[in-house]
Amino acid sequence: MIQFILVQNRQGITRLSKYYRQYSDDERVKIEDEIHRLETGRDVKFTNFVEFKQFKLVYRRYAGLYFTLCVEQADNELAMFESIHLLVEVLDQFFGNVCELDLVYNFYKVYMILDELFLAGEVQETSKRVILERVRKLDMLE
Amino acid sequence: MSIRLRELIRNVRACKTQADERACIHKECAAIRTAFKEESNELRHRNVAKLLFIHMLGYPTHWGQMECLKLVAGTKFPEKRVGYLGLMILLDERQEVLMLVENSLKMDLHNANQYISGLAMCSLANIASAEICRDLSPEIETLLANSNPYIRKKACICAIRILKKNPELAENFVDKVASILADRNHGVLLTGAKLMFELTQAEPSSIEVLRKQVPTLVRVLKNLVLSGYAPEHDINGITDPFLQVALLKLLRVLGRGCADASDQMNDILAQVATNTESSKNVGNSILYECVLTIVAIEAESGLRVLAINILGRFLANRDNNIKYVALHTLLKVVDSDVNAVQRHRGTIVECLKDADVSLRRRALELIYVLVNETNVEALVGELLAYLPVVESEFKEDLVSKICSVVEAYAPEKQWRVDTIIKTLTMSGAFVNDELASSLTSLISKSPEIQGYTTSKLHAALSADLHNVAQTLVQVGVWCVGEYADQVREAPPGAAAVTSAQALDLLDRVLHSVTTALTTKEYVLNALVKLSTRYQGDVAAQARVRQLIAPYRSSIALELQQRAHEYHALFAWDSIRAGVLERMPPMEKKAKAVDPLAVARAAGGAPSNGTSGTNGAAGGGARPAASAAAPAPPAAEVDLLADILGGMDVVPSTPSGAPPTSAAMRLPTSAAALGGGGGGVGVGGGGGSGAADMLMDLLGGDASPQMAQPVAIAAQGNPMGGAGAMGAMAASGMPPMMGAMQPQSMQAPTAAAGPAEWVAYEKGPLKVRFAASKEGGNPAVTNVAITFTNSAPSPLTDFVFQAAVPKFMKMQMQPASGSVVPAGNSGAVTQLLKLANSAHGQKPIAMRIKVEYALQGNKLSETGEVASFPDGY
Repeated sequence: MIQFILVQNRQGITRLSKYYRQYSDDERVKIEDEIHRLETGRDVKFTNFVEFKQFKLVYRRYAGLYFTLCVEQADNELAMFESIHLLVEVLDQFFGNVCELDLVYNFYKVYMILDELFLAGEVQETSKRVILERVRKLDMLE
Repeated sequence: MSIRLRELIRNVRACKTQADERACIHKECAAIRTAFKEESNELRHRNVAKLLFIHMLGYPTHWGQMECLKLVAGTKFPEKRVGYLGLMILLDERQEVLMLVENSLKMDLHNANQYISGLAMCSLANIASAEICRDLSPEIETLLANSNPYIRKKACICAIRILKKNPELAENFVDKVASILADRNHGVLLTGAKLMFELTQAEPSSIEVLRKQVPTLVRVLKNLVLSGYAPEHDINGITDPFLQVALLKLLRVLGRGCADASDQMNDILAQVATNTESSKNVGNSILYECVLTIVAIEAESGLRVLAINILGRFLANRDNNIKYVALHTLLKVVDSDVNAVQRHRGTIVECLKDADVSLRRRALELIYVLVNETNVEALVGELLAYLPVVESEFKEDLVSKICSVVEAYAPEKQWRVDTIIKTLTMSGAFVNDELASSLTSLISKSPEIQGYTTSKLHAALSADLHNVAQTLVQVGVWCVGEYADQVREAPPGAAAVTSAQALDLLDRVLHSVTTALTTKEYVLNALVKLSTRYQGDVAAQARVRQLIAPYRSSIALELQQRAHEYHALFAWDSIRAGVLERMPPMEKKAKAVDPLAVARAAGGAPSNGTSGTNGAAGGGARPAASAAAPAPPAAEVDLLADILGGMDVVPSTPSGAPPTSAAMRLPTSAAALGGGGGGVGVGGGGGSGAADMLMDLLGGDASPQMAQPVAIAAQGNPMGGAGAMGAMAASGMPPMMGAMQPQSMQAPTAAAGPAEWVAYEKGPLKVRFAASKEGGNPAVTNVAITFTNSAPSPLTDFVFQAAVPKFMKMQMQPASGSVVPAGNSGAVTQLLKLANSAHGQKPIAMRIKVEYALQGNKLSETGEVASFPDGY
């Protein structure tokens, strides 16, 4: 199960955070700082997996943004790694060549997309078409 | 006037400084508060959306929580949406406010509008507390059968949440899964598979029921593997890898420990393993999951070979991610197939040199497990090469692990001493006292290497005194004081140390700024001992006095007192030599529980008929083990160690609880290093206290004869100086041993075949031992223990513990269960490995302790194992 999803930029500013596990606000700030330091210190050739407390971080960098999933030890890292890419592809198609500012201005839409792809820390839908159709419809209801 | 969300974001982004941003936010917050107070409904959802943005920036927004609830209770979709979003971001399950939303949730779940119903389920799945989950469980059960797949898949995940919070509700969902698996929608299948997995976790007894679904699962998986290009779910040419991974994970739980279920999935696993394209990450994620499943279930041997080969390919992959999972998985395979993993040793060692800490750490874990008698020199060499570059937070752990594998597998003492000294000099400050004391104890027990070690330590310290740990300096100083007379002529393989050189070193240590006070105390002890070691060497004698003299006015009380005492002692030439005689060999006391041994014991558990749980047990116990042994078993060890006085004590717990093993334990520093002071007449009060306690405890026990020899040994020690421990050792043979098995002290024959006998019988409990020798090494005995129970009711909470004398080492696997069935209808088994370092001179002896509850009465029995047959 995914414990939380983070999207941070290179400066360590959190652009998106979704917690499926209970953390207080203070803990969250601490965790986000720590993760930023961990990931920016790593070479591109390194593995995309880092041990983090009793969990594992699976992260992937797209331009200036780090997408991080914090998963349990027993989870399949490679599949989680792939799901990050799925998320980014969906974001990319929805916003059309997504960039950091899209995420800032449309953060509530990003949450909406996230909720269609992941739920309670599990991947719930794997078809890009289904997700996009759904979020476009939801977007129109606005 | 209220501004739009977009505008707020733009304003915030336009702020040049933190102070500007704060001012901007405060202004907006004030506006929002006012708006909330006015209860203006039409702008509420916009205000809450702004609040969410403000929360994202890290400002306090808890005052807006109630507004979310109001939005949720609204009627329009845009309001509800912001309301639920706010709920999920601003609240979590710990807030009591959440209870207020339960009714809205319940209504919305049944809303005819699938989008509203979806929102409600989304919130339920993400933040619902245990109470809400329980209350809304019937709703979710109905929704699982909804006609809309969008609702069904969300309901499945809600069910997972419900089970996570309330495992006892599992039975309500077990009979629902069949219809879910018949679904054609991938989202529903995926979430359904995850729901089934969660059921098996929440209620293990449901596994039996869910096994009926294995053929269906296999069919679904087969369709995925064999289907051609399916654009809907295709990722890099593979159809829905996420679903495949989820199915494989589920099959793993269902096939584990069940030959029938495993049989049914053998074919499809072989297909997945051979047909999956491995050039891309997606394919590898499936192969990885497939390998994990094959290893866990009762797979055919051919299939296992296939899985191991895939791991070999993974390990050779250029992609570090793949290498990482290969190392991770090999650790799970290593218990069942060490040789397969040994083949890849070269590559694994290579990974240790990688720049990436994630890889290095995985490789390191694996290497510890791979070390054995034959490769210990090569692998320890690699570990030593890694030592200088390791991050400081792992250094201490690495040092202690190197030392423990060296202790366990060293082919000869000289190499062992060399390696440990090298490790300790390289590791700087990262040495714990236990390592030093174990080294001291080894040296004191092995006269043949005393000179060699002293010379080596002298050389190491002379070369560099400032960058080594104080503990190592203390060991060196102690050795010089103790064995200086042995190195005046060069010992084999090492250089001679003259009296002047030895005194030079002590002089330097004494006057070095980095020397700790305790170390100086060691130096004084060493100096006074040298005064007798260098009998007749007038120059040395004079220098000793001259070095000690200034400390008679030291401000450190201990130093001052010692200096005075030793000064006085110089006047008593007649008794000085006697007082300062060489220490008797020191025994280590079994106190600390070595984490590595625990990890091995746990990882190597050939568990109760379900070899499938292997990986899980190993994996589960490892974090606990590396975080130091859990408290209750450790305390138990201490207690037992005290009761049984210095024998190795290995308590074992039934599988599940973390097993502990003292097989490679490290002694406390007090026992071994304290000897340095004891040699000059410092009373060992603690030691004789332990002996008293031993008498007390054992006196009332079933075996009073045990206590006697100990008591004699304790009284027979005229000085009381070295304490009971030293006295026991000094008397030539451990007194306990003498008491336990006087009849079997004759030398055993060289070879012995397997043997089986009743080792212990008391009341309803019968303990059978089946012993066999490990191939090639007569000192190592494998014992399979079988416990049976003739009573009409079962023995519950069954715990078996064993203790062996100090010259033996023991490794114990967890028992197959904690309940011994009634009326000899079944048995609990447990495996034990004994290494007798005095093979051929002393027979194997063992004391055991059994605890169980019979019809609610707690019983505890201790006793001796009936003697091992000749040759053991």
